[in-house]
Amino acid sequence: MRSMWILILTGIAFAAVADESKVVLKDGPNRDLVMRSCLTCHSVDYVPLNSPFLDRKGWEATVNKMINAFGAPIKKEDVPAIVDYLSRYYGM
Amino acid sequence: MPSRREFLTQGAIGAALLSLPRLSAAADALKLQPSELPPGALESAVLEALPGKAALIKRTFRPPNFETPLEYFNDVITPNRVFFVRYHLMNIPQVNERSWTLKVGGDAAGATAEFSLSSLLAGFEQVEIVAVCQCSGNRRGMFVPHVPGVEWGVGAMGNARWRGVRLRDVLNAVGVNKDAVEVAFDGADSAVHDKTPDFMKSLPIWRALDESTLIAFEMNGEPLPHWNGFPARLVVPGWTGTYWVKQLTSIDVRSQPLKSFWMNPAYRIPRGRFALVDRFTSQETDVSTPITEMVVNSLVTNIAPGQRFDAKQWLDVKGIAWDGGYGITRVEVSTDDGATWRSATLGQDLGRFSFRQWTYRFAPAQRGRYTVMVRATNRLGATQTFELIHNPAGYHHNVVQKIPVEAV
Repeated sequence: MRSMWILILTGIAFAAVADESKVVLKDGPNRDLVMRSCLTCHSVDYVPLNSPFLDRKGWEATVNKMINAFGAPIKKEDVPAIVDYLSRYYGM
Repeated sequence: MPSRREFLTQGAIGAALLSLPRLSAAADALKLQPSELPPGALESAVLEALPGKAALIKRTFRPPNFETPLEYFNDVITPNRVFFVRYHLMNIPQVNERSWTLKVGGDAAGATAEFSLSSLLAGFEQVEIVAVCQCSGNRRGMFVPHVPGVEWGVGAMGNARWRGVRLRDVLNAVGVNKDAVEVAFDGADSAVHDKTPDFMKSLPIWRALDESTLIAFEMNGEPLPHWNGFPARLVVPGWTGTYWVKQLTSIDVRSQPLKSFWMNPAYRIPRGRFALVDRFTSQETDVSTPITEMVVNSLVTNIAPGQRFDAKQWLDVKGIAWDGGYGITRVEVSTDDGATWRSATLGQDLGRFSFRQWTYRFAPAQRGRYTVMVRATNRLGATQTFELIHNPAGYHHNVVQKIPVEAV
């Protein structure tokens, strides 16, 4: 039920805000995992916007902030792969 | 052979053409972003219009963070359709003004009350104030080294004529107990996950009771745009935009400080680093304090870096200055790398919380490359910094601009 609400609300937000679907992250291993993890709460343009100036530690801190401060529904075991992708394609 | 005076007069139109911006919107708005922004921020910026707004510089789509292009700051009042948009959470409901209500209460309130828009308009004196709303993180993208966040250029701000009722009058109508320390505010926006902290902010009681703090319904003579807080938002002149809660739904008069992610650890500055006046003591810790009033700042609005102009004529430099509500008293321009400073001419005074326009005519003695530097000073004697005061969240960037130009 809860996830249905998320889908509905996400759909509304997509419809209300112009052209978010154009934002696609760089192709590479774990891109889909990263997009899936980020997209429930925000558009993925936050990633290129914050690049390339974070090192691996910086991206790790950012992902952990999303989980710990904002309650992002990301599995702990997915964090290393997400950080790998972000620091490889959007890191310094 | 015309005298220099005649030449200047005859040359006025030509000089105007040379020195005025030809910012035909689109491409130029993106080109005029500060070059200091992270490369990824420059690349991912596009001009997009949210429903009911004009095209702005998109930083993020969802939640929507859209910046006002530089050209619009050539006007002292920022039009509603180009006023910047900043949200933290992605559920932003369309609020129906007929069914909208504002709940006022709390453990330090004398009573609990619920107001409709019409009861607020009919029950309290309506006042107007021109005030700058600036995001705490405006110019974050220009931090060296960069810090994560929304990588704003110079346009996460705007100046509007706000109309509404005084928060003080509404609070006094329900009663404020002697033990009140803070007043907390919630808006209609919400997160998708229940673990994401709802966006709630508080003000110290003295600031909530200040006569300039408003519950505003109108901006520049029109209802607030949806993206700027329709039907009612808090207006806290002098203080950064984080306190200007949009789509206001409830007001909570508290005997205890608000515990909210958005009060701590968010929106904090290190203690003792900035020369600010307003303190928010109930939220202070040993190391940090909530951001409060804006620092003194200025912006050149009509010239682009590298701009060329006729050395036999002049360059009209134009811009705005603002501060945390004490009022701009002086704007100075240097064209010799800071060796000498000359006063710019201040424009109309729209009140101490407003942008203050200024103009300066730079007539160089000879051809060459020059750097235009501008610094503003307020009534307290506070001015801008030459060296960035770095802080982890990227707030209060008011470094003196240095814009290279060339007299040819």
